[in-house]
Amino acid sequence: MTNDKSQMTTGKPKVAFFDFACCEGCQLTVIDALQTHLDLLDAVEIVQFREAMTEKGEDYQIAFVEGSCTRPSDEARLKKIREQASIVVALGACAYTGGVNALKGLHSLEDVRCWVYGDKADWYETYAVRPIDAVIEVDAFIPGCPIDREEFIGVVKSVLLGKKPPIPDYPICVECKLKENVCLFHVGKFCLGPVTRAGCDALCPTFGGGCEGCRGLIPHPNENAMKDVLAEAGLTVDDILSRFTMFNAYQMQEQAAEEEGK
Amino acid sequence: MTTLKVDVHHVTRVEGHGNIVVDTKNGEIKECRFEVVEAPRFFEAFVRGRPYRDLSHITSRICGICSVGHATTSLRATEKALGVEPSEQTVLLRKLNFHGEMIDSHILHTYMLVAPDFLGVGSVIPLVETHSDVVRRALRIKKLSGDLCAMIGGRHTHPCALTVGGFTHLPTETELREMRARMVDTRADMDETVALFATLPWPEFERETEYVSLKKADEYAFIDGTVVTSDGFSYPIEDYKKVTNE
Repeated sequence: MTNDKSQMTTGKPKVAFFDFACCEGCQLTVIDALQTHLDLLDAVEIVQFREAMTEKGEDYQIAFVEGSCTRPSDEARLKKIREQASIVVALGACAYTGGVNALKGLHSLEDVRCWVYGDKADWYETYAVRPIDAVIEVDAFIPGCPIDREEFIGVVKSVLLGKKPPIPDYPICVECKLKENVCLFHVGKFCLGPVTRAGCDALCPTFGGGCEGCRGLIPHPNENAMKDVLAEAGLTVDDILSRFTMFNAYQMQEQAAEEEGK
Repeated sequence: MTTLKVDVHHVTRVEGHGNIVVDTKNGEIKECRFEVVEAPRFFEAFVRGRPYRDLSHITSRICGICSVGHATTSLRATEKALGVEPSEQTVLLRKLNFHGEMIDSHILHTYMLVAPDFLGVGSVIPLVETHSDVVRRALRIKKLSGDLCAMIGGRHTHPCALTVGGFTHLPTETELREMRARMVDTRADMDETVALFATLPWPEFERETEYVSLKKADEYAFIDGTVVTSDGFSYPIEDYKKVTNE
């Protein structure tokens, strides 16, 4: 389907949303962002958003992509999106790091397929999970599971102004300290805050649960020191690895493969 | 006689991916199928061997609309496995969180995904132009339900404060009282909602269907209870696989 004439003449940047293997929670967060930013619809023209609209325009400049690449047909679709869009933004953890989908990679493909689908495993196409920047070039990313509404709005503004989106590269601990939270390690809990990218206003530590790393690791994290801290907090090696892999299994495996190759 | 081919590639305004294929020849249906083309993610396989505390946080990621439902189900399964009985306060707060999610997903479904069909536009986005009051009302109720979920679970989608045996964070009494006042204030919007949907011309479509739900003697059950069907069958909750399949 092509755009009609009225859509061609608004002069606003044309935006499209796409989803791959994910829960669609990030796109729902986009819809929820309208609660406080309904004027967003004045700034852009949304030409495709399958979850929320029937209209389907293929003429777009900015593509927001939620979800991971998990099968050959995803790869083809991603490449088509990349060909059309001037700017591709990875929306949320599944697109940015592989998210929980990448936990699949800790088992053999054969094992997970048979465990879930038994003798019908062949009915379902799947291969190793990848974040979208392992398949196509990505211009910007919005981390988090799900994304943060305000951060989404901030990234949209930056992209429209042609600026680099202000995604923090410091750890969650900075935000936790600013909120004057008691460190969870001091109350017998554990947290990936020291190595995880900030920007969520230390949400999980503030709610007592400890950071699970959904926003991905900061650049050059001191993982060995982090592992020592977690071990001191009483975690076993399995516990520590499970913390690190919850949202970052793809990165951990890539890193291990790289070290093996050295 | 007519020959008709319908090929809807990716049904829109739903959560998840589906296609509809209809093929008729000489007025007879040759083929009519709904294809679920969602990418499989293998949650059942990859939760094996992981710490019990992480499970509800992983399973909530099955769905962004009903993450509280998936988290709560996982928590109850874990609690039953470990022999943990949550306190009355925990049960009540979980129900409240669940109700928040119910309101949220119903507003999403009715106002944002369904209503545009009845109001003559393609989606909620042009609806902002044609029926601004309707969209604004939907967004107000959605904000309330999202805030209710966030007050209890820490976050609207994918609750972080829910844990095995209870919560890692509790709302304050002030927060609960303020939320109650907001909910009472929302009754006017809810009345408007009922009035609007009562006027829409629902198509008459009925067929023989066996409905399945949870049942409790003293309340409309969302969490725990007995699995019952409209054909009169009843199963303990542990036997849910007898009435579900994939």
